[in-house]
Amino acid sequence: MHRLIDKYSRKMVSQKICAEGDPVFGVLDDATIWNSSADEIEILGRVMRGLSINSILFSPAAEPYSSIIDYLAEFSTDINGQIRPDDTETRTFLHNIPVVKTFTADEILSGLKKRKGVIIPGHGIVTYGTVSPEQAFVTFSSICFSTFVKFMADYYYHAMGIIPMKGNPEPVFKKAVQWYRDSLSSATNSPSIKAPFDSVEDVIQAIIEAGRLTVESGMVDSFFGNISVKYGNTIYISQTGSSLDELAGCIDPCPLDNSTTNAITASSEFSAHKSLYNLTERKSILHGHPKFSVIMSMLCDDIPCVNRGQCHIKCSRKRHIEDIPVVPGEIGAGPDSLSCTMPSAMKGRGVIVWGHGLFTAGAEDFTDAFKNLVDIENMCFEKYLSLVEK
Amino acid sequence: MDQKYGWTGRILKIDLSNKSYEIIKPESDIYKKYIGGRGLAGHYLRPFCHLTWDSPEMPLLFFTGPLTDTASPSSGMMSVVSISPLTGTVGHTYAGGNFGTELKRAGWDGIIITGISDNLCGINIHDTRVEFSGAESLQDKTVSAIFRSLPDEGGAAATGPAAENGVLFSSIGFTGDYSPGRCGLGLVMHAKAVKFIHVKGSGSTAVYNSEELVSARGDILRLVSASPALMGEPGFSEFGTGALYDLIHSRRMMPTDNFRSTRFQDAGILNAWHYKNKFNPVKAGCSGCHILCRKMSEDGRAVPEYETMSHFTALIGNSSIDIVMEANRICIEAGMDPISAASSIACYMEINNLIMVGADLIRLLTDIAYSKEDGNLLKLGSKKTAEILGRPEASISVKGLELPAYDPRGAYGLSLSFATSTHGGCHLQAYAVSHEILRKPAVTDRFTFTGKARIIKLAEDLNAVLDSLTVCRFIFIAATIEEYAKVFHAVTGSGLSGQELLMAGERIFYNERLINRIRGFSASDDDLPSRFFSESGSSGDGITIPPVPRDEFLDARARYYRIRGLDSEGRPVREKCIELGLECTD
Ligand SMILES: [Zn+2]
Repeated sequence: MHRLIDKYSRKMVSQKICAEGDPVFGVLDDATIWNSSADEIEILGRVMRGLSINSILFSPAAEPYSSIIDYLAEFSTDINGQIRPDDTETRTFLHNIPVVKTFTADEILSGLKKRKGVIIPGHGIVTYGTVSPEQAFVTFSSICFSTFVKFMADYYYHAMGIIPMKGNPEPVFKKAVQWYRDSLSSATNSPSIKAPFDSVEDVIQAIIEAGRLTVESGMVDSFFGNISVKYGNTIYISQTGSSLDELAGCIDPCPLDNSTTNAITASSEFSAHKSLYNLTERKSILHGHPKFSVIMSMLCDDIPCVNRGQCHIKCSRKRHIEDIPVVPGEIGAGPDSLSCTMPSAMKGRGVIVWGHGLFTAGAEDFTDAFKNLVDIENMCFEKYLSLVEK
Repeated sequence: MDQKYGWTGRILKIDLSNKSYEIIKPESDIYKKYIGGRGLAGHYLRPFCHLTWDSPEMPLLFFTGPLTDTASPSSGMMSVVSISPLTGTVGHTYAGGNFGTELKRAGWDGIIITGISDNLCGINIHDTRVEFSGAESLQDKTVSAIFRSLPDEGGAAATGPAAENGVLFSSIGFTGDYSPGRCGLGLVMHAKAVKFIHVKGSGSTAVYNSEELVSARGDILRLVSASPALMGEPGFSEFGTGALYDLIHSRRMMPTDNFRSTRFQDAGILNAWHYKNKFNPVKAGCSGCHILCRKMSEDGRAVPEYETMSHFTALIGNSSIDIVMEANRICIEAGMDPISAASSIACYMEINNLIMVGADLIRLLTDIAYSKEDGNLLKLGSKKTAEILGRPEASISVKGLELPAYDPRGAYGLSLSFATSTHGGCHLQAYAVSHEILRKPAVTDRFTFTGKARIIKLAEDLNAVLDSLTVCRFIFIAATIEEYAKVFHAVTGSGLSGQELLMAGERIFYNERLINRIRGFSASDDDLPSRFFSESGSSGDGITIPPVPRDEFLDARARYYRIRGLDSEGRPVREKCIELGLECTD
């Protein structure tokens, strides 16, 4: 358990969602192990005993997330005191994010009895896991992502004079934009393992490398995303709940004819990947949730549209961000799933799924898929800035 | 808690000794504490749990839950509970199909059956009307023949020849459900001289807030769609639970040759894809479920569940799909648990150093159901068979319940859960397959006991809640109690949070440990067959399957006892009973 705590503490720091030394993890079997002697563990211990969980995480979020979270907690909660981002991660997994006023066991418990994570403005975020501290890490990361996306989407409508934000969002906005620009500035390496692949092992190494580089680019978080290669009559795809930056041992071989069903542990987007391979000549697919691709996909000035609020499944417009199509679609294999919309839209560099993320696909290896992912996210960031700074 | 919504607030109590019945209207506190299904049934079993399974006063309990017959996803399950003739523990089995839904529509949260009928009888429930009929003419009939003799409308439960012939793992067959249950509760029903129960309801279950239910349902369906195991192309919806076959094989934990190895060389030609190609099955499922994990072949036979597929191949060395189909059909028609049946055969083959295939295998299976030849011995289950034959170690069972098709050397949380389960070798009470194999809700290291004691305890509580609500545990590969608490509120109006529901789950599980304690069970029964601690599984492909480390297992079990609030011998303690609001017996 120490190993898992160390691992996820390190990930939080490298993902820049918290500062070194900040994450407080507690893991409970018959006794609780803490990674910290912070003052908070007394209250966190009480929270832990009040819930049927096996791990708890508290940390202040790093900037700009902490400013964004505090801003949204003050100005942007619903009547139940919850923040409601519209992106897919929230809609599917978080539903909404409760905010409580004080760092007390009772208040934190009141939030965590209903949802996987709770925000305490001025303090940070508390999340938990039922089988692994990984769940606490994923929820924490997802809250940072979702609040960032919500803030930036809200700011667009504010800047365009469509829906004003309360308070003073400007300093938070400036801080967030500067932070994102800085985090992109580091030069990114391109995948070195090139087609043609000689063996399955080559394929697997190419997937592992491309997944890692995608996370290292700073554009996507590690947990949400998937990646595959079609090699012969088999799709090699990352497993569900795997992390793009640690795919060794987490790639499922899935025959195109389903003649083995190992893929029940494959990514939830297996159907979308398979459909894309069937429709096109592409051989590799990369999918992640880069922030400004997601934010840009959610911006639409048609406020009275009958589909508003249901854009993620019902949007009927032919939308593009420059040359990149934006399509609706849910995760997975349902009737409204992105496996029905994304593959047929993949004509050029990539496709963005509304409020969800970006898919790119390569002709042979990951060279173009990776480059396109980076370029499209950069393009979306610049496009966003040009719109709000007009 | 208000029973106007979700629950009917009425339980039908039948006394067969004089063919009478009464209506019980439980206090709302009882519903709050035990929810429904397995929980309520356990509550009503408790006062009689010191009795033998076949004594007249022993109740046989059929309980639905507050979500049954509502738009709550996958909530058409039902619990059947009594004392198990096979294990002597509390016996619990899950029933799918449509019986629970019909029972609820007829206005009942559950049925308690006591007494013994003086003739073989049927119980006919049409809304509030309850009638008894003679069922002598159904003697010797197969389960499907009995169902055909009953009105098409409504749902039914019936026992078959296995129960008549004293098979200790007889099951109760349910219309629309093709996986015979565990623990031998068919024999309890037969002991009461009940051949069938037919139920037809014309009412509907009141829902507190339909709009809220639509929204809460939407949240769950979204998660289910995102689940590769449930709705993915290779998942349960397309291939049934047989989709697990390749995965368990590739993880090198498929019980083979009576658990003497963990890899079956012919698995590649026996997977779910071959059934799909050969039998072109259509989807079927329980009332109110959209996953539809059951599969029916073109000629109307049920395609076996994963456990049957695995145990009737790898465990006994059979490489014929047709034999598996036929074995499955025999178990359904005779009304007996295929897991215990296959495992008893595997045990018998090991002891006698036999290889049995084809017609010989089918003959032995039929002999069990009809108590002929050596079937007369094997019908007692593997534990008694092995004891009688002087080779007790050849029974791969816990508390007398044969292990399902997951080798405990391949997943340590699972191994602990086999030991701590309240009715023996069952993987469903903590469903560790979810995190150790299917990666949900997050991955855990399957080869460690670290952290597993608490994980298993929490999962047992969760699954006790699901069996009480009553919701299919498979949907929890995708959803969590957080989403179901919303559904629970929308249906019942109750403000219990997910976390508070889990506390009810803790009470429900502890009550079963109490029942077992009263029946004399303790730590020595919470153990695995010695084979798993001394023999390796089949390593290869970079996966090593060593024996389960005995000291680590015992250490994890000791931690489990502390976390569960049991003494060092696994026995319930007074303080914990008081904390949970359970009556304590010393
Ligand atoms: Zn995604």
